[in-house]
This record gives sequence, C-alpha cells and structure tokens, in this order.
Amino acid sequence: MNVPEYIAKSLLRDAGIVTPDGEVARDARAAADHARKLGGRVAIKAQIPAGKRGKSGGIAFAETPEEAEAKAAALIGREVAGHRVDEVLIESAADIERELYVAILNDGSSRGPLLLFSREGGIEIEEQGETIVRRALDVRTGLDAATAREIAGDDALAELMQKMYERFIALDCELLEINPLARERSGRYIALDCKMTLDDSARPRQKELFARIETATGPLGTTLEQRARAASLYFIELDGEVGVLANGAGLTMTTLDAVHLHGGKPANFLEIGGEAYTKATVALELVLSNPRVRSVLVNFCGAFARTDVMAEGVAQAYETLRPSVPFFFSIHGTGEERAIEIVRERLGIEPFALMDDAVKAAIAAAREPAGVRA
Amino acid sequence: MILRRDQTVLVQGITGKQASFWTEKMLACGTRIVAGSSPGKGGNNVFGIPVYDSAVAAAATHSIDCTVLFTPPMATKLAVFDALEAGIRNLVVLAEHVPVHDVMEFVAAAKGVGAQLVGPNTAGVVTPGECAVGIMPGFAENIFQPGSVGVISRSGSLGTLICLDIVRAGFGESAFLGIGGDPVLGTTTADALRIFDGDAKTKAVVIVGELGGTMEEEAAEYAAQTKMSSRKPIVAFIAGRSAPPGRRMGHAGAIVIGSRGSGESKVRALRDAGATVLDTPSDIGSVLRNVLS
Repeated sequence: MNVPEYIAKSLLRDAGIVTPDGEVARDARAAADHARKLGGRVAIKAQIPAGKRGKSGGIAFAETPEEAEAKAAALIGREVAGHRVDEVLIESAADIERELYVAILNDGSSRGPLLLFSREGGIEIEEQGETIVRRALDVRTGLDAATAREIAGDDALAELMQKMYERFIALDCELLEINPLARERSGRYIALDCKMTLDDSARPRQKELFARIETATGPLGTTLEQRARAASLYFIELDGEVGVLANGAGLTMTTLDAVHLHGGKPANFLEIGGEAYTKATVALELVLSNPRVRSVLVNFCGAFARTDVMAEGVAQAYETLRPSVPFFFSIHGTGEERAIEIVRERLGIEPFALMDDAVKAAIAAAREPAGVRA
Repeated sequence: MILRRDQTVLVQGITGKQASFWTEKMLACGTRIVAGSSPGKGGNNVFGIPVYDSAVAAAATHSIDCTVLFTPPMATKLAVFDALEAGIRNLVVLAEHVPVHDVMEFVAAAKGVGAQLVGPNTAGVVTPGECAVGIMPGFAENIFQPGSVGVISRSGSLGTLICLDIVRAGFGESAFLGIGGDPVLGTTTADALRIFDGDAKTKAVVIVGELGGTMEEEAAEYAAQTKMSSRKPIVAFIAGRSAPPGRRMGHAGAIVIGSRGSGESKVRALRDAGATVLDTPSDIGSVLRNVLS
C-alpha cells in the first residue's frame, strides 16, 4: 500500500528525520492560511500516488499567502498524472545547498534490503545511471554505523540512513525513498519528499498503520474493485470488452495476454485461485457488473483447485444471473471431465479443447454489433 | 531441489485441513512421509503418520531429508527456524502472504546453514513417478509423466497448464520446480536452471516466468554465460506481458515498477541467451518436438 506523502513524513519525523514544516489543505482558503502561518516561501504539493509529480505540474511554489491561495486553487480538483487532486500539502521551502537520493527496498536478487544512494537527487531512479551506489544488506544484521558512514561520507547523513533503515524494518516497508533529500546551507539534512510503500502481507502486524492510511485516503479503486475486496477477491478493472474469469495469478495473467495477442482487449483481471476457488458465483457477478463486458471468457486449469467445483459455481451463477452476453470456456486439469459435463449439460455450451480457440471466439463475439445476437 | 523417492519428508502443520488432505495425496504419489508436526498436537497421528509438537521433536526420532510447511503466513518464520534447528536441509514453504521481511530473514538463515529453501508462495515440487511435495497434483497422469523436461514455474495454475501440454505432446517431466510467486524467494529461476543444468535426466528446460523482479533476466545471464542452451535447450513463456504498469497482477511479485520487471525485458534477455520464447503456452508441444528432435 502506498502511504500518502504527509503521513509518510510524519512517520519519518517519529524517528527523528527532519521534514519541512507543513500542513494539508483541502481548499485554497486553507492553503492561504497555512502559508501565512508558515511564513516566507512555500511549496504547494498535490497529494497523489504518482511519481514524476514535479514534471506533471503537481508542485508549485509561492512567495506570499495570496499566491499560495491562487496556486492551490489551480491545483485542487484538477487531474495531475491521471489522478484527481483532492488535497495539497503546504510546506516551508527549504534553503537547499544540494539535493541527494536515498532509498531502501526489498530486493529479489540479493534477497535482502537494498540501499540505494546518489549525490544527484530530485530525479527518477531510472535516470540515475552510473552515479548510484547500490549496497545489499543482510536483514539479520541491518545497517551498522560503519557501513552507513562508508556509504554516506559524513556522520549526519550516515545517521539519517540508519534512521531510515530503522523505519524501513519497523513499518514493514517494501520501499522507502527520500527524493530529494536536501542538504541545507546549515549542513542539516531534510526530507523534501518521501515515497513509502508498505508490504500488504504485513497488514496483520501493522493494523493501526493500515487503518490510519485507509481513513485518510478513503477506499481505493473503482466501485467494482471495492466490492471485490469486500468479498476477498482480487479484481482489477481494465478498459476492454472481454470479461475474464480464470484461476490462479499466473493463468489469469496468461489469459489476459492471450486476449491481447489475438487482438482483443480484456475488461478485467480476476483470479479465483487458492482458497477463493469456491467463490465462482460472486466472482462471475463482478465480471457481469461491468457494463463494458460484451463476452465472457472462462479459463480454468485445475491443479490443487478443482475445475469441477469452479464450474459448478459458474453454472449456479449463470442460472441465477441469466447473462445476456455469450460465454466461452476452456477447462483443463483436475476435475475436467466433470467440469466439462456441467458446462455442456447445464449451460448448453461446448468448452473449447484449446485455450487460444476459446480466446479467439470470445474476442469475435465481443466485436459483434449489439442487437445482432439472439 | 529435485527430490527422489527414497527421501524422507516431514509435514509441518499436518493437522490442518489442507495439510491432512494433501498428506493423503502426497502419500498416493509415493512420497515417503515419515512424520508430521503441529504445535500442541504431539502424540496424534494423521493417516498413520506420527505427529510431534515441533520439527525438532520429530527429528529426534526420525531421519528427515525434507520438510513441507503448511503454515499460516504469520507463523511461517518460526516454523522455518524450527525446521532449520532440527537440522532439515530441504524446505518447501507453501504459504502465501508471508511478510517479505520475514522471508528475507529465513531465506538468509537457510542460506547461512547451507539449506535449500523453495518458496514461499509455491505450489510445491514434483518428481513424476517418484514423489510430490506440496499442493501439485503429482498423481494426475495427464499432467505428470516421468520424462526429460525440467519445468520451472512461478505459478501453480499456469505451470499445470504447461505440464498438461508437455504430456499431451508425448513428453514427460524430469521434475517440476514450483519456485513461487513472491518478490523474494529461496530458490530463484537462475537457481532452478542451475539445478536442471546439473541433472543428468533433464534434456530440456521450460521456464514459466512472469512480469516483476529480475529473476528471468538473471536466469538468462546464467544461460548466456554458460552457453547452456547449446547443451540443454531452454523454452520460456512469460506471463503478464500485457499487464498495465504499477498494478499487482495477483502474485505479490508480479508488478512492473518503472521499467523494472517488464515482460519485454525478460523476453529479450531470454532470446539473447538462446532460449525459445513462446507467445502462447499452446505452442509448447510443437516447440519441444523441434528442440528435442
């Protein structure tokens, strides 16, 4: 889960990392009030979960409260990098001597935390190239003072890196990035921005933190995605016309790829794998609730999940919902004989022997003009 | 790890509903399960398998080569430490949603004592005709047949589809290694490739990868450096090539961040290393016929 900037910064302050003074405003009047209270030059920053915010026009500066009001008014309600801006963060502008980059993330290659550091801050990590220091850490020993000193070059920065590492571990972060980290003319380091992503799997031991973020951001995702989450299903709404229902993350991704490969566009990602494989009924309701769906592709491959149980669920849902769009099935693996029989006899639909043939048929059906079908 | 029929297996968390269901299936595959463990359930038995309170207690009575962990995600770290303390050197960790920091900790601990760990978030490993450990249908003859194709998969469902196609095309598997869908794994694609490279029964390798991370690129690097595809042909399929960036496609590890982890970068790296990369899994049979003839 992505942590909004102002909450991430408060979590940094809890560990003694300096951030600019600031406050969140939901309207231009409040923005002016905050600017007046802070005094001097302020930054006005759109609170959106996207990188390259500066480049997309999501950050403005103001010398006076009046200017802050005008610039906040121009940002709030606008779309920046595809996200609607509901809140802006008003912060004192720092007295910057130079900008640096520090990040810690979970690294699959070294199978431990990876510290990234660059003396060139303010730009995206992909643009860093050769200047970046990458140091793989052992999660059992962490980041000791000597290592931090060696990477940072000075004590104040080394101490900040250690504090960041402490936060990274304590909060179960996937990513903790301070970019830019500013060195002020006084020699003090100050975190001008903070990107923090929490590990969703750590939710059971970070309950309060997750609740705090969810209260602040409101429910994430589209209405259908929220409904799916309430039913403990993982659903992503996409912009195509072929509704997809498959089991397991890998097979579902592959089904979406196959729709693309044959020239169609999927309407959703939805997997009913693991313990969710008995939830075919509620899953199918979700797929059909999307008004863009013109055909439905069901792709099951049973390993530990049984295709007959999934097919029974789909058959029940089909009989209850009586969908007006055509269905196309590909069923393989554990329980396939029984599953194919259920689909054939109860729904009167003949499953395809090859996945790609089912995909092509579903795409063709989605392309037919409305009203042509009986 | 490629398990053999004579190797002894412990089932951690054996008294749970899923674990006892799969214990029966694993036994049917020929797996030599000698003991189970569940905290507070010592003294019971499941299908005649004696249950102990811990892996350490089980290891005091039995010689154990491998353990499979049917543990809830938050209890997995302690169970891995229990197994390592018991001296068990092959671990298959099935749980999904284990906090990544826990995974990094126990993967480092396993490595520290020289243990092989597969997972987490894996469906398990199968050696057709010998044994199966985990929740893959090693007993299904249309999916698993003894043979010469090594299969490496991040996904259970897609791995099954690929294995079906391999068997349908008249081939069999030397082993199926489900490595798991998490961002940090005990056995990576490159590790598994190295295992199959050294396995005399394996004549070709199928990599079932997906977007996210850089495991497939690292495997391609190994293949390129050792010129593996000239010894054993490599066929790969990468799932999620059409996925929108920044969205997690079901598996915790399946996410493209910036340009990192995109399907295209994996396809390019594997092709450069001499692998045949499929656009659809349905092509697996014909491609295997070409490379193995």
